[in-house]
Amino acid sequence: MDSNSLISKTATELSGELEAGNCKAVEIAQAYLEQIDRVDGKVHAFLHRDDDDFLAQAKDSDERREKGETLGPLDGIPVCLKDVISVEGQPLTAASKILQDYVSPYDATVTRKLKAAGAVIGGRLNLDEFAMGSSTENSAYGPTRNPWDLERVPGGSSGGSSAAVAAREAPLTLGSDTGGSIRQPASLCGVVGMKPTYGMVSRYGLAAFASSLDQIGPFSQTVEDTALLLETISGHDPLDSTSYPTEVPSYSEVLKQKHEPCTLGLPKEFFGEGMDDEVRTAVEKAIEFYKGKGYEIVDLSLPTTDLSIPVYYVIATAEASSNLARYDGIRYTSRSERAENAVDVYAKSRGEGFGEEVKRRCILGAYGLSSGYYDAYYLRAQKTRTLIRQDFERAFEKVDAILTPTSPTPAFKFGAKSEDPISMYLSDVYTISTNLAGLPGLSVPCGFTQSGLPIGLQLIGKAFNETTLLSIAHDFDRELQFGRQAPNLED
Amino acid sequence: MSVKYETVMGLEVHVQLDTNSKMFTRVGTGFGKPPNTLTDPVVLGLPGALPVMNREAIEKSIKVGLLLGCKIADVCKWDRKNYFYPDMPKNYQISQFDQPICEGGEVEIELPGETPTVMGEHRKVMLTRIHLEEDVGKLTHYERDSLVDYNRAGSPLLEIVSEPDLFTPDEVFAYLTSLRNSLISAGISPCDMEKGQLRCDANVSIRPVGTTTLGTKVELKNLNTISGVKQGVEYEIRRQTKALENGEEIFQETRRWNPEEKRTTSMRSKEMAHDYRYFPDPDLMPVKIDPEWVKRIEKEIPEKPFDKQRRYMAEMNLPYTATAALCGDRPLCEYFEKTANLTKDPVKAANWVVNDLLRELSQARKDSENESGISVENCPLPPASLAELINLIEENIVSNNVAKELFPEMFATGKSAGELVKEKGLEMKSDGDEIESLCAKAIEDDPDAAEKFKGGKEGAINALKGSVMKATRGQANPQVVDETLRRLLSS
Repeated sequence: MDSNSLISKTATELSGELEAGNCKAVEIAQAYLEQIDRVDGKVHAFLHRDDDDFLAQAKDSDERREKGETLGPLDGIPVCLKDVISVEGQPLTAASKILQDYVSPYDATVTRKLKAAGAVIGGRLNLDEFAMGSSTENSAYGPTRNPWDLERVPGGSSGGSSAAVAAREAPLTLGSDTGGSIRQPASLCGVVGMKPTYGMVSRYGLAAFASSLDQIGPFSQTVEDTALLLETISGHDPLDSTSYPTEVPSYSEVLKQKHEPCTLGLPKEFFGEGMDDEVRTAVEKAIEFYKGKGYEIVDLSLPTTDLSIPVYYVIATAEASSNLARYDGIRYTSRSERAENAVDVYAKSRGEGFGEEVKRRCILGAYGLSSGYYDAYYLRAQKTRTLIRQDFERAFEKVDAILTPTSPTPAFKFGAKSEDPISMYLSDVYTISTNLAGLPGLSVPCGFTQSGLPIGLQLIGKAFNETTLLSIAHDFDRELQFGRQAPNLED
Repeated sequence: MSVKYETVMGLEVHVQLDTNSKMFTRVGTGFGKPPNTLTDPVVLGLPGALPVMNREAIEKSIKVGLLLGCKIADVCKWDRKNYFYPDMPKNYQISQFDQPICEGGEVEIELPGETPTVMGEHRKVMLTRIHLEEDVGKLTHYERDSLVDYNRAGSPLLEIVSEPDLFTPDEVFAYLTSLRNSLISAGISPCDMEKGQLRCDANVSIRPVGTTTLGTKVELKNLNTISGVKQGVEYEIRRQTKALENGEEIFQETRRWNPEEKRTTSMRSKEMAHDYRYFPDPDLMPVKIDPEWVKRIEKEIPEKPFDKQRRYMAEMNLPYTATAALCGDRPLCEYFEKTANLTKDPVKAANWVVNDLLRELSQARKDSENESGISVENCPLPPASLAELINLIEENIVSNNVAKELFPEMFATGKSAGELVKEKGLEMKSDGDEIESLCAKAIEDDPDAAEKFKGGKEGAINALKGSVMKATRGQANPQVVDETLRRLLSS
C-alpha cells in the first residue's frame, strides 16, 4: 500500500488494514515520517521527533501481531502527544524556554494506557507555552501554521495536535483543554477534537495549567476515531485524586449501534453578536441536518454565559500562578546565568524562561489570590462558577446536548489578536463555560468558508455521558465527514 | 514605682507522623538514608505529578485529636500555602488553612513539685487546632552554595497549635514533655527532636500584670531541643521585659534562637511577612471523615500517661517517683505491668524496673554503636525472668544482695535467675548448724561488739552480721543470722 493512501486513512481504517494483514505497523510509521518530512517545514506541528524510537515501537507491534499477541485495535497505530504530556525518556518543554532541557523520567497515565494498548507514540507537538493561548503563537519555539492556510493560526493552545491531524502527520493526537484548547484548534483546523468530562481522563503526567479545568482529550479525522482513542485513555486512576471512579463503556462499540434522535438545545447567548456570518450559516445547516434526522431542536438560555470569561481568567490564572511556581531554576528548569543570589535564581530564571503571556497570567493569578483581594476575586469567581454549572444543570433537564458554534470565527491571521490579549481571550467565548461546568464538549467539522477555511460545530453533553455526546456527533459526522477532507500542502 | 510584667505564650509544635509512605505519594519515609533517595515525581514536584492523600496519616491525625480531646472535623480540606523557598519543590506547601482536621482540645501538664519526689500541680493547656501538612526538605548551607535533600520533603507533618495559655518557661517545658510523652505512647511519632521529628516555634508576648489584652507577639524559631525551647523563651522574656522597662517598643517580628550565643536575633519583621496566598488545592478533594471510622480509632487509643500514673499510685501503691519514671514510656510500663502480674508486690517490681532495668538499658545503649539497637521491647531479659528473680527473693531462695549482683548478668546473657543461682551455687544458706558456728566465730573474733550489744547498743549487732555475711559471700539468710546472733548473745 502506498504511503499517500496510508496517511489519508482514519485510525479505524488503519487498524482494519493491519488486522487484514494488508500492511505493517512499520510501513504506517514510515509513511507518517515521510509526510512529516514533506510538510512539517511549513506547518511546524512538531517540537521534537525521535524517529528511531517511533520505528522501534512499530516494529514491536508487528512482532506482537506475528505472534498473535496484538494488544487491541490501537496496536500499531501512531499517536502523537501535545508537549505537556509526559513520556518517559522524552523531552517535555510545554513550549517554554524554562523546560528546554527537561526530559521526563516517567509516563503520564494516558501514555501508560496508550503503550498498554500497543499504540506507537510519536513526536512532541507544539502548543502555546504552558497551554496558555488560543493561537499557538505563544510557543517559545515558533508558531504552528494552519494547514488550510499557512498565513493563519491553527488555534490553540493544542495547535500542534490539531494541525498534525489536519496535515495528515498523525492519525491520532492528544491535546489538553482548559478553556477550549482542544475544541477551538480542532474547529480551526477542520478535525474532530473532544474534551471529556472533568475526571474522566487522568491528569497524572499532564503539566498542569489550571488543575480544576484541565482535561486531556483526543483529536482525529472522525468521531469514530475519537471514540476509539477516548475509550483507551479514560478511566479511574488512583494517581489522580480528581479522577472519577466510573466504568468506561466501549464507545466505539456504542457507535455501531443505532442511536435514536433526541433533543438538542440552542442557547440564545451563543448565537448573538460577534459571530462570523459564514460560521452562522454552517452551524444553521448543521441544525437543519439534525432536524431532518428527527432531532427535536429547542431554544434555551444560559444567562451566566457572559460571566464565564471573567470567572475563567480569575480561576485559571490563580491556579496557574501556583502550578507554575515549581519552574524556578532550582532543580530541572533552566537557571539564569545572570543569577547572583537566591532571589535572583527565581526572579531572573523565571523572567528569562517564561514568555509574556505566561508572566501576565502568573501575575494576574497571584494578584487575585493576594490577601485583601481573595474574597473579591477568587472566592467570588468560585461562587459564580457554581451558578454557571447550575445553568447547565437546568438546561440538561430539557435537552440531551447543547449545540453551538465552537469558535466565533474561522482561523485568523498571525498577529491579528496577539497584541490584544482581551480579543484573544474572547476567541474562547463559546468553549470556556464547558470547562467551568466540568462537562464534556466536542468540536466536529461542519463545513468550510468560501475561502476554504474549516468551521466547527460544538456539542456539549451531560457529565459522564460521553456515550450520548459521541452518538449525536457521530450521526452528523458519519454522513458528512468534513474531517476526511485534507488540505493541499503541495508547493 | 515599677511595673510588673507577666508573660503569655503559645506554642506551635510540628510532629512528623510515623507512617510508611509520604503524605501525598507512595514513596517511603525515613531518616538517615542517602540524600535524595526517598523521592519520586510527586516529591520532586516534576511537571504533571499529582498528590494523592495518605489514609494512614489521616488516621494517625484523628488518633492525636482523640488523644488530646479535640473535635474531629466532619470535613477537612487541603489548601496551598504559596511561597518560594528551595526546600519546597513545588514552591507551595499543601496544608490546611481554614478547615483543619482537629479543633480545640487540651494537653494536661504537670508543673514541678516542691521537691523531685513530690507530685506537682496539674493543669490543662488549651489547644486551638491541629492540622496536617507536608514537610519540606532539608537545606545545608556552605560558604557559597547550599545543598538540599528532599528525603524529608512530603513527609506527613502535624501542626499542633496551642492557645496563648502558657505563662512560664516551666509550663512550656512541662507542655512539651507531656505532649511528647502522649504522642510517643500512642505510637504517633518517635518525637526525636534531634532528628527533626518534633519541632517547635514559640509565640512570646509580655504585658503589665493586671491587664488583659495581649502584648505584641514575637515568634521564636530554631528551638531545637526541649531545653532549648525553655532557654529561648526565658531569654526572650528577659529581652522584652528589659525593652519595656527601658521604654522601648516591642516589634511584631520573627526571631531566631541561637543556642551557641544563647540569645535571639531578628529574622524578619511583620512588614517582611509572606502573603501565602492560600487557596483550596484543586488537585485534592475535601476529606469527609466517617464518624464510624472515628469510633473505631477511638477504641485503639491507649491510656494517657497521666491517667496511668494516677492508676499506678491509687491501685498499686507505687511511689510518685517510680510512676514518674515509668509513665512517660509506654513500652516500659508494659514491661512493668507484665512483671508485676507475675509477682506479688507491684512496688518491688516497679523498683526493679525503674532502678535496675533502666540502668542496664542505658548502659547497653552507651556501650553499643547502634543506639537504637536496644530497647525495652527487645532486651534479652523478658519480664518473666525479672519476675522469677523477684519471686526467688520473696521465697528466700536468694538474698536481695545476690539478686542485685545477678541482674546485670541476666540482662547481658538472657539466662534465667534459677539457672544462674544453680550454676553458681548461690542459694541462700539457712542451715542452722553452719550459721551457728559462723555466728559463734564472729562473736569470738569481735568481743568488743558483742559487749556493746549486750550493754544495750542495738546497732552493734550489725558489725557481727556483716562478718557472717562476708564469710558466706552474702548467701546466708539474714533473718536466720539475726535470730542466731541474738540467741547466742542473750545466753
